[in-house]
Amino acid sequence: MPEPLADRFTPPREATLRRSGGDRRHPTYVAFVIHRVSGLLLALFLPLHFWALGQAISGEAALEGFLRWTDNALFKFAEWGLVVLLAVHLAGGLRVMALEFLGWRARQKDMVAASAGVAIAAAILFLLNVG
Amino acid sequence: MADLKVRIWRGDAEGGAFAEYAVPARENQTILDVVTQIQREQQPDLAYRFACRVGMCGSCAMEVNGRARWTCRTHVKRVASAGETLEIRPLANLPVIRDLATDMAPFFDKWARAGGKFQPKDAPDGAVPAEFAVVPPESKKRQAADAGIECIGCGVCYASCDIVAWNKDYLGPAAMNRAWTLVNDVRDGGNKERLDAVSGDAGCHSCHSTQSCTERCPKNLDPSSAIAGLKRTIFWDSLLGRR
Repeated sequence: MPEPLADRFTPPREATLRRSGGDRRHPTYVAFVIHRVSGLLLALFLPLHFWALGQAISGEAALEGFLRWTDNALFKFAEWGLVVLLAVHLAGGLRVMALEFLGWRARQKDMVAASAGVAIAAAILFLLNVG
Repeated sequence: MADLKVRIWRGDAEGGAFAEYAVPARENQTILDVVTQIQREQQPDLAYRFACRVGMCGSCAMEVNGRARWTCRTHVKRVASAGETLEIRPLANLPVIRDLATDMAPFFDKWARAGGKFQPKDAPDGAVPAEFAVVPPESKKRQAADAGIECIGCGVCYASCDIVAWNKDYLGPAAMNRAWTLVNDVRDGGNKERLDAVSGDAGCHSCHSTQSCTERCPKNLDPSSAIAGLKRTIFWDSLLGRR
């Protein structure tokens, strides 16, 4: 005997989400997200950077005071984070430039790994120098 | 025989929801086999699309467990471990006609908009040129065209592309891959209009090189590099005053 046919399906009026989560788990997508997030964080840092530079215009004492205020472990750590962001963004950007301008088609995943390697190396070198 | 649990998105352009089914689990079965079993034995009004069943026609692409795939070339055991529920939905980024069948018109309209039609240089009126063109197989341009020419228009890259989801006018990977093969076709004379068509916000300059298209292409083509090639060509042409 054949299986009974299921009832005619009527979709509910409230639409379910058409766009699924979408599987984006692959290295070049992760590289894109890291590049974008590091870029945004660097952009957020820029006003602070310019403000600190602006202290120099207010006179040597103001800058000196500010620099002394930043001379603690927390700031050193934040500075390290900044170096990491710069290294990540630079290495990721060079990768994209190589893809787009040089047309390097092959071994994109290796290039992602190499970019990550450059960023990690910069982070470690900075830590060694700070110590 | 153990059952394989399947969730299938059912509905139309107005909306829809998942319906659950169970099919007999077999040693060798593709996603298309599963959908066909459900349509033939349980749900005769289930809409889906297929033709060749062997990965040549490109009509059976759907989203399986979050990833756009050819259902005919995807074995169940490759995407779901024993006991896991399969989730099948229509391709993302395209309007749904009904259930698993999407309207591919926007996808192919964009091929046309990207200058995807061959424009013979020697016969601009569309006539067949009198002489055969000699294109050395080892020439750089021929190889660049060859790299993308095998696209069968299944829409997997288009459904996997975030830029398409963000910008509804974005031409998408397949259309620009097609444009790039023609840019490299020495017999073609329509590149000025073509490069204009693929530049700008809806074209190659919106690509973020996330490379999901390249990652997901069932033919292992590289639309991402084709788009990069278009960017490169337009960059140098603009810089050197060639356009």
